[in-house]
Amino acid sequence: MTTSTYKVIGSRPLRPDGVDKVTGRALYGADVKLPGMLHGKVLRSPHAHARILSIDLSAARALPGVRAVVTAQDLPLIGDQMADLGESTVNLRYVSNNILAHDKVLYYGHAVAAVAADNVHVAEEALALIKVEYERLPHVLDGKQAMLPEAPILLSDLRTNELGKIGDAPTNVASHLCHQRGDLAAGFAQADVVVERTFQTAMVHQGYIEPQTVTALWNEDDQLSIWCSTQGAFSVQEQLAELLQVPLSRITVTPTEIGGGFGGKINVYLDPVAALLSRKAGHRPVKMTMTRAEVLAGTGPTSGSHIRVKMGARRDGTLTAAEAELIYEAGAYPGSPVGAGCSVIFGPYRLENLQIDGYDVVVNRPKTAAYRAPGGTNAIFASETVIDELAEAVGLDPVEFRLRNAVREGDPRPDGPEYRRIGLVETLEAARTHPHYQTRLTGKHRGRGFAVSAWFNWGGKSSATATVNKDGTVNLIEGSTDIGGSRASIAMQLAETLGVAYDDIRPQVVGTAGVGYNDVTGGSRTTFGTGWAVYEVGKALLAEMGRRAADYWDVPAESVHAENGVFAHNGDRLTFRELAGKLDVPVTASAAVHPQGYGPGFGAHIVDVEVDVETGKVTILRYTALQDVGKAIHPSYVEGQLQGGVAQGIGWALNEEYIYDAQGRLVNASLLDYRMPTALDLPMIDTVLVEVPNPGHPYGVRGVGEVPIMPPAAAVANAIYQAVGVRMAELPMSPARMAAALAAQG
Amino acid sequence: MVPEHVVWIPAVHRDLTAGQAQVHVVAATVGEIVAALDGRFPGLAARLTHDNALRAGIVVAVNGEVSSRGLRQRLNRASEVHFVPAIAGGQIGSGQI
Amino acid sequence: MQYKMIVSTTVNGSAVDVLCEPRQSLLELLRDGLGLTGAKEGCNNGNCGACNVLLDGVLVNSCLVLGVEAEGRTVETVEGLAAGGKLHPLQQKFLEHAALQCGICTPGFLLSAKALLDQNPDPTEAEVRHWLAGNLCRCTGYDKIVRAVLDAADAAD
Repeated sequence: MTTSTYKVIGSRPLRPDGVDKVTGRALYGADVKLPGMLHGKVLRSPHAHARILSIDLSAARALPGVRAVVTAQDLPLIGDQMADLGESTVNLRYVSNNILAHDKVLYYGHAVAAVAADNVHVAEEALALIKVEYERLPHVLDGKQAMLPEAPILLSDLRTNELGKIGDAPTNVASHLCHQRGDLAAGFAQADVVVERTFQTAMVHQGYIEPQTVTALWNEDDQLSIWCSTQGAFSVQEQLAELLQVPLSRITVTPTEIGGGFGGKINVYLDPVAALLSRKAGHRPVKMTMTRAEVLAGTGPTSGSHIRVKMGARRDGTLTAAEAELIYEAGAYPGSPVGAGCSVIFGPYRLENLQIDGYDVVVNRPKTAAYRAPGGTNAIFASETVIDELAEAVGLDPVEFRLRNAVREGDPRPDGPEYRRIGLVETLEAARTHPHYQTRLTGKHRGRGFAVSAWFNWGGKSSATATVNKDGTVNLIEGSTDIGGSRASIAMQLAETLGVAYDDIRPQVVGTAGVGYNDVTGGSRTTFGTGWAVYEVGKALLAEMGRRAADYWDVPAESVHAENGVFAHNGDRLTFRELAGKLDVPVTASAAVHPQGYGPGFGAHIVDVEVDVETGKVTILRYTALQDVGKAIHPSYVEGQLQGGVAQGIGWALNEEYIYDAQGRLVNASLLDYRMPTALDLPMIDTVLVEVPNPGHPYGVRGVGEVPIMPPAAAVANAIYQAVGVRMAELPMSPARMAAALAAQG
Repeated sequence: MVPEHVVWIPAVHRDLTAGQAQVHVVAATVGEIVAALDGRFPGLAARLTHDNALRAGIVVAVNGEVSSRGLRQRLNRASEVHFVPAIAGGQIGSGQI
Repeated sequence: MQYKMIVSTTVNGSAVDVLCEPRQSLLELLRDGLGLTGAKEGCNNGNCGACNVLLDGVLVNSCLVLGVEAEGRTVETVEGLAAGGKLHPLQQKFLEHAALQCGICTPGFLLSAKALLDQNPDPTEAEVRHWLAGNLCRCTGYDKIVRAVLDAADAAD
């Protein structure tokens, strides 16, 4: 099928859940209200690192209106046990200790105890009555310092894991991974120019506007019901089963509408606590909602990092060698996204000689969680800044330099395997000819920057079910949380497959009780993977409808053909709708898929900035994001993914960071001081959707959500250099850091 | 006819292969590859596997595609085989939860 | 336990009497007391705008107003925007422009934009951005939101 034949794909219909969301009717996590519902709150550590000597709950329990109090003692004791939770493997004991601190608190904001009470205010009063005795321990916040021999050890049993080679001494380095290819020394010897720089990036938060929230009801028969805002109901079910040691079948997770996630609403925090409180409070439902301060202090931000990059190029612009060392702060327990950082840091380039070393390091900060292209933004900031410097050193235009080295089909990825059909070259060509790039930028202290990014995307597992109604409309049941319009992009693919109108498909997102297994909405996989599931559902529906038509005409099933929603046999024809009206046995179909053909995506960003050399403030004047999106199912929401990614990337670039005091306490846990971009900080964000269809998907879909967050930091840094001649090596490039860099320049 | 494969030794395990990065192995499954590697480079199987399965955090990519079958993955034709960290497929990040 | 007061107020055109603890915010009063959950809590300290409503026609962060302050006044929330079975032009334009992704900030943006258009029916892009600077959206990058508001203003001409 060629793209020009699409009837639904590529159009811009209204989203099925739109009216509910503009009228305030859509029910998000905090909108859940059950009869007899209690409200829970969490007591958190005021220290960065301390041993818990004792916890006295008596006064809290005695407060009128308090119905239950829990600590780590209420969680099942979990020994070292590696659990495979979806796409990752984790030590459950660490996960459990992060939910409620067991013997030590490892960061400011670490949960210690929780209360359920008649209302939030009483619960908060009760928290103040809990007496915890701590023995403070030395803390370490910085990944590089945590690697030093004299650094305080967070987890006494931790040993460095190097892809199965286990170290024998206590350490904060949870793992070391390494990709190596070719001959690094020979590669650098061939280079006419070598650039080596070190970079530092701050810990930043996903910043979803809706705080974590959950309502749990633990029934007398040990059936547990959960209503929550999550990127994946099945993931919540699995995590709870492991943490509470309850069979999966006893846990029903119903996802509400979700107010943003960006990777941060995969891990559970409150859910097991609310469940324990519900059981302890006499099986009453318990709702728990975090404050914004709790969200920032207690839920997964993404890693701060130290990155060293060394790259060499010949005078003709050919890259000859690249070396990188990435140190990522995992937070209090192992599991930073350093692996992904290593995979993408040189992802856009052909390189025969490379070495990449990554270190996952625990520090006294909140345990990190996925954040849109986890690990990628840090890495791309470093590598794309060095690439820019190399291009300048050999006297080539930044786009041209990248084109000369861009990966194409058949080139090896940094971690080994080969790329299939990808669209980096097409995206770079589109950037080179774009009016933004072609228009000269004028004005004092203004500069233009350019950067690209690569992301591998993900397929994951998806299931879906559809039923044909007798009026020819179709009910679609899916299990992928809709964070950004995916009901529309999924329904469109079913409509396209069936040859019916988009409005004839009514999609519904349901929980664990209503559909087969679905992985999380994450990894840029939903329109790809769940789209593939409904394509299979559509084909199955058409096949069955075809058999029914054959039955109706009393002809062999093979002789009936379906096209554009019409079933035909010789001169006979029945529309989908007509046939639906003749069904005496219902037609329904399900599909479950785990597609592997997710294609990598590449983005290229152009930005113009102006630097106020007195205050150090950087203003974004113009922004254009170009990206190979495979095939844009609903272009408006694809554009929206690019624009949103750019905005978050600009947050990384200019303002966002976790700030701690000398005692290791987070001091900017509010949205006033943790400064995310506002409408006033950004211009319009122009997008160009380059469509190089992914051969690994029936409609050519590639994941699009993660690629666009990575280039902005580097593009802005490169633009700043053009504007004022300073190479920035530390994120965020806040006014204070800019002013200091300008002062140092003299 | 059992095919011969190009197998890449992970960089951190080249201490066992005297620096050799790539070896040719005749095998019908990924499990047979690991067994053959261990014969030539003792200790490699213990690094890559545990209880007759790939260790947690390690996956095998055959011709660029991560296999969910692990050691049981059949190799019906000459293939390129990489043992990579489980996050290398570009998933949603390591250490979920 | 805190004592409660009866607050008599007008919400979306209807007179209501509702019990309210003096320490409760207007946001809590709307959500918990009246079941109007369209206003959202994003930060509870006036930085995100997700709880924005109009109080006597003036845009406020309902998390920063006490519930008892609504006594004798009028409150407009997102639930009151659509009238006569028709979406408000802003609501319609937000849908057409795909100006929402997750949608949690949308009620607040709609109220802020309404307050803007009520006093300035023909704003420039800069004026829209300035007016909406008190509303955080983490999904869209604001581009489509700003376009939707400008388009709604044009449509009203």
